Amino acid sequence: MGFEEIPHTADWSLRVWADDLEGLLAESARGMYWLAEAEIVDQPRIKRIFEAEGIDGESLLVAFLSELVYYAEQEYAGFNNFEISIKNDRLKVEMEGAPLKSLSKAIKAVTWHKLEIQKSARGLEVEIVFDV
Amino acid sequence: MNIQNLTRINDNEWEIPKSYRHDMRVPVRIFATRELLEQVMNDKSLDQAVNSATLPGLVGAVVVMPDMHQGYGFPIGGVAATEYPRGVISPGAIGYDINCGVRLLASQIEFESAQKDMDMLATRLNQRCPSGVGKAGVIKVSVKELDEVLDDGSRWAFKNGYATQADLARTEESGSVKGADPASVSQRAKQRGREQIGSVGAGNHFVEVDVVEQIFDEQAAAVMGLREGMLALQIHCGSRGLGHQVCTDYVREFQGAVRKYGINLPDRELVCAPLDSPEGQAYLGAMRAAANFAFANRQLLAHSARKAFEETFAGKAKSWHLHQVYDIAHNMGKIETHEVDGRQMQVCVHRKGATRAFGPGAPGLPPEYKVIGQPVIIPGSMGTASWVLVGTEESMARSFGSSCHGAGRVMSRSKAKKTVRGDELRRELEQAGIQVRAGSMPGLAEESPSAYKDVDAVVDTVSAAGIARKVARLRPVAVVKG
Repeated sequence: MGFEEIPHTADWSLRVWADDLEGLLAESARGMYWLAEAEIVDQPRIKRIFEAEGIDGESLLVAFLSELVYYAEQEYAGFNNFEISIKNDRLKVEMEGAPLKSLSKAIKAVTWHKLEIQKSARGLEVEIVFDV
Repeated sequence: MNIQNLTRINDNEWEIPKSYRHDMRVPVRIFATRELLEQVMNDKSLDQAVNSATLPGLVGAVVVMPDMHQGYGFPIGGVAATEYPRGVISPGAIGYDINCGVRLLASQIEFESAQKDMDMLATRLNQRCPSGVGKAGVIKVSVKELDEVLDDGSRWAFKNGYATQADLARTEESGSVKGADPASVSQRAKQRGREQIGSVGAGNHFVEVDVVEQIFDEQAAAVMGLREGMLALQIHCGSRGLGHQVCTDYVREFQGAVRKYGINLPDRELVCAPLDSPEGQAYLGAMRAAANFAFANRQLLAHSARKAFEETFAGKAKSWHLHQVYDIAHNMGKIETHEVDGRQMQVCVHRKGATRAFGPGAPGLPPEYKVIGQPVIIPGSMGTASWVLVGTEESMARSFGSSCHGAGRVMSRSKAKKTVRGDELRRELEQAGIQVRAGSMPGLAEESPSAYKDVDAVVDTVSAAGIARKVARLRPVAVVKG
């Protein structure tokens, strides 16, 4: 499980890998927060439940990360603990986090550009481009 | 993709023929010198232009400007026209920051006598024009008021005392795009917009004070009110979270629409729907609403900037008034009439990182600009020049009435951060006589001038190609960034 930044001329791009789709979503969230240089405080803890229906794994990934973008912008909240379950393209995430201490960069959106979850030696792998 | 795949038309124009890839519906026409082309051969700009050339209903050619760079799906600096109403509309070919654009205001304040006040002016602009990540705007509107903003754009600002009639006359679409449909904008998008109206945002957005350094076209400059040695102001921002959410919502929805309408595309970010379909109409209404939000946003910021000028120069300068030169979008989809293959036709022109550049006599321009052509504002890259151009007959004939939109990035943000320190850059800019107010030093480093192409070379190219004509060159003296 891990992520790395891929150079992109204007926006930000991440390569993320994990054993399964649930792990891929959680690691993508961590990578996105890392790119945005987001720091959260210790307390108070914030809990949210996010549910979505998609047409495939990619659509669930975009929906989930877009939800985190929204929380960062509107509630100035970040999350670092995720309980994720996916059944028949239905996603449920129970997440826990806290108010952001700082957020250096604004992510406008999570794009679908060449978004394709692929099997690899590292499990599942995906490249995500963020509009910034 | 390499340069050998391109057909050279002349020193400033190239083509990727339709035969380059089996699924291309039209060729790709590129305005660039060889030097500018070589700068983008390592990124994916041209591959993305080829992918864009597969959209159903395209006419003419996909046009790419010299400030092109890799985006996501559609290249930045791209223009694509689809037949109306049988062609498609693609939210990704317009971008997440719907109606990101630039407003230019001119003054009669001489820089020479105002130089000592630049520090104070930068501070006041920074205080009055909120910028930075997720920052709230200068006002907060109610749910009902927001719907009025989405319907009316700058006209709402006028009704509420934030604009003059002259501001509206000198704004693309008079700052109020017809056909906006607030009901097609999600509640979440509206929630994001309510708090952010009247704010600059972060990234490459800014408020910048410039000096008119050189005039190239005396007549056009006089019509615009630009005089050598005088201060001017640029506001570069868009529709904030509201526009980002509208695009996010419709790119997701259109993932299903392409299946429904049997459209195959090489990139899911390019998803689209027929313009005359319920999905296409809903997006068109929502996009226009977001565009109106952006026009109102820049209008509110102009109102705030005028207050900052008044606070700084009242009693010191004869006139501290900022009058509007023009406000122009560079991320937008518009239904326009253009000549294609010898016949006039209605098309949906997608411009992403490309500026409308209507020539003399084009519809929708105020009378004074019908004579000289529409002003095209090309912001530089913080520390480098910006340009004011006008559209030409050639732009109408060859680029769907479009031109470039800026310098264009050439270096990744991560590399810029590794090679440039924000605090050092600020010091360098200040030593060069540019006041800087920035919320984030890493953010400042990412926007370093060295991360961009030479804006003069970009402007020379569109000028030599004939799709815009030079009017004035501006030099920055104060920059406010998020």
